[in-house]
Amino acid sequence: MSAATPLLLEAEHLTRTLEGDIPVTLVRDASVTVGIGEFVSVTGPSGSGKSSLLYLLGLLDTPTSGIVKIEGVDATALDENSCAALRLEKLGFVFQSHFLLPEFTALENVMLPMRHLGQYPDKIIQEKAFALLDDLGLGDHARKHPKQLSGGQSQRVAIARALANDPLLILADEPTGNLDSASSALVQGILKDLAHGHDRAVIAVTHDPAFAAQADRRIHIIDGAIVTPPEGVSPDGNEA
Amino acid sequence: MRLMIAIALRHILARKRQSIVSLLGIMIGVAFFLAISSIMQGSQKDFIRRLVDNAPHITVSDTYRNPAKQPLEILHPGAIVEIRNVKPQTETRGLRGYRQILEMIRTIPGLRASAVLTGQALLSFAGKDVNIVLNGMIPTEIQGITTIDEHMAHGTVDDLIANRDGVIVGTELMRTMSLDIGDNITLAAATGQVRTFKIVAAFRTGRADYDLTQVFVDIKRVQAMMDRPNRANTIIINLDDPQAALDVARSIENRIGYKAVSWQESSEDILNTLMIRNIIMYTVVSAVLVVAAFGIYNIISTIVMEKLRDIAILKSMGFRAGDIKRIFLVQGFLLGLAGIVTGLPLGCVLMLGLGQITFRPPGMEPLKMPIDWSAPQFLIASAFAMGAAVMASWLPARKGAAVLPVNILRGGQ
Ligand SMILES: Nc1ncnc2c1ncn2[C@@H]1O[C@H](COP(=O)(O)OP(=O)(O)OP(=O)(O)O)[C@@H](O)[C@H]1O
Ligand SMILES: [Mg+2]
Repeated sequence: MSAATPLLLEAEHLTRTLEGDIPVTLVRDASVTVGIGEFVSVTGPSGSGKSSLLYLLGLLDTPTSGIVKIEGVDATALDENSCAALRLEKLGFVFQSHFLLPEFTALENVMLPMRHLGQYPDKIIQEKAFALLDDLGLGDHARKHPKQLSGGQSQRVAIARALANDPLLILADEPTGNLDSASSALVQGILKDLAHGHDRAVIAVTHDPAFAAQADRRIHIIDGAIVTPPEGVSPDGNEA
Repeated sequence: MRLMIAIALRHILARKRQSIVSLLGIMIGVAFFLAISSIMQGSQKDFIRRLVDNAPHITVSDTYRNPAKQPLEILHPGAIVEIRNVKPQTETRGLRGYRQILEMIRTIPGLRASAVLTGQALLSFAGKDVNIVLNGMIPTEIQGITTIDEHMAHGTVDDLIANRDGVIVGTELMRTMSLDIGDNITLAAATGQVRTFKIVAAFRTGRADYDLTQVFVDIKRVQAMMDRPNRANTIIINLDDPQAALDVARSIENRIGYKAVSWQESSEDILNTLMIRNIIMYTVVSAVLVVAAFGIYNIISTIVMEKLRDIAILKSMGFRAGDIKRIFLVQGFLLGLAGIVTGLPLGCVLMLGLGQITFRPPGMEPLKMPIDWSAPQFLIASAFAMGAAVMASWLPARKGAAVLPVNILRGGQ
């Protein structure tokens, strides 16, 4: 990445420890910076703390120490409602399972964040949501309920929903984990295009070496700490 | 907020059967609440109306609330005064200067007052004796004050004006003594005086005891029979607004010194009993709604438990804890509202049915169950139901709002 790229996300010395009889440290002194237009992958063995790091970066979890800045604003100093507002306007999440609301159609699911933000009238929101779905090849499925969609289709709806409020940063946790190779390739392509073509950044956790390889940069985690990814080692940390 | 309502609605509609069951609970609760409270209120209002109607609103009698102060006590107010061997002065019973008192009372707007002299007499007829309360009235003034003119069975109070030796008796007395309008009765007073009156009219209040013992005659006749010329012992007052009786009675008493008792004071223990009855009634009917509220609590907690993932994703999308709470509170509100909308008509049906029941209280005419159809009944029932529904959704809503997305996401993947 070039030094000129404006910084979107800066995380400094993040540590997250779960208190308990035996305290568990999920993330250990992790520092991450992501600039606009970057596509970053997060890899590491199962249980290494990839998801935990993503939750911290996405303001879903509060670090035990360290700070997360979004566009230079220290989000760790904000109260819960302000964090929610930041998530609503600037962040988009995609998870391994799609988490679509089953009572709503694909279109309505995509409309939810926009309606919550309330920036546009319902009619425009509907048009925008439809356009998003259409871009992801789901124009014919907009009126279907999640249970009428395949896994890959649902995941694309979830991506459309994550994009609804035109976020700066998309955080994806194994977005292709449940998909067959064709759907997986499609979703990977979409995420990559998002980062490169639309002035935003994507952070994606993945176990898939091919996916990780498409990223501009790879963050490798072992035991909660960020390490330099050894060459020739697969994202799972196993010998290739 | 519109969005929260939309989400809340979808959740409920996705669980039709469960929602309908919990809604039925509220519906039945509202209906029972309405029906029972309207009967209780109806009978209470009916009862109070009888209290108000069957006796003067205020009765000024020839007694004092507190014993007269000794001159020494008046001279040294607040001092500790001990007086021994006080010999009470014998007073002639009756209101002193009742005409001036009447004039003074009549300066108060919104009331009608008249003087009465009551006394005891014995009616002997055909070998039967009945103790009678003689009410000596001023027939020309008594319209609208005495309560019997609304209960006349034969003739009117004015018949006393036409015949100064007339008497108005209750139908119960006529029945037990086999009397008829136009008959003569002879009354003997404790003074030894005996007089004959002609029955000119009859009343029936429905209270057997009252209809048997009370008779109404011209005050002059009673004064003569009791040897108390130009005396009255009671002033009866009727108000345009019966509820004001308590205050009016107090101010009259302050001015004239004689004891003035409002209907509220004389039926204080009955009113207290009614109050206790109300407390019990509202407790019982609220219990019905509380049970119904458990239904709502049940469905909303179920929804919250089932929707943990959705809550997590909504929060990750940027919904605040308050938004999530609102979704579930709205569900309680909607179920409550639906229960009220269906429950009120059902309650009306119950009320119509209960209104058909007639019963016969001892010593009274048979009555239909009095039902209070006034708006407050509907409002109270609705408010209680809504309160119960919203309270029932409060706990699960709070729980849902407190869900931390990370906890769900960590466990869910
Ligand atoms: N509630 C918890 N209590 C204790 N330990 C936990 C808890 N949640 C997670 N962990 C531990 O924290 C560590 C990091 O978990 P995390 O989900 O971040 O790993 P991950 O890298 O995303 O794994 P995977 O690739 O399987 O998704 C794991 O070792 C896990 O066992
Ligand atoms: Mg994970």
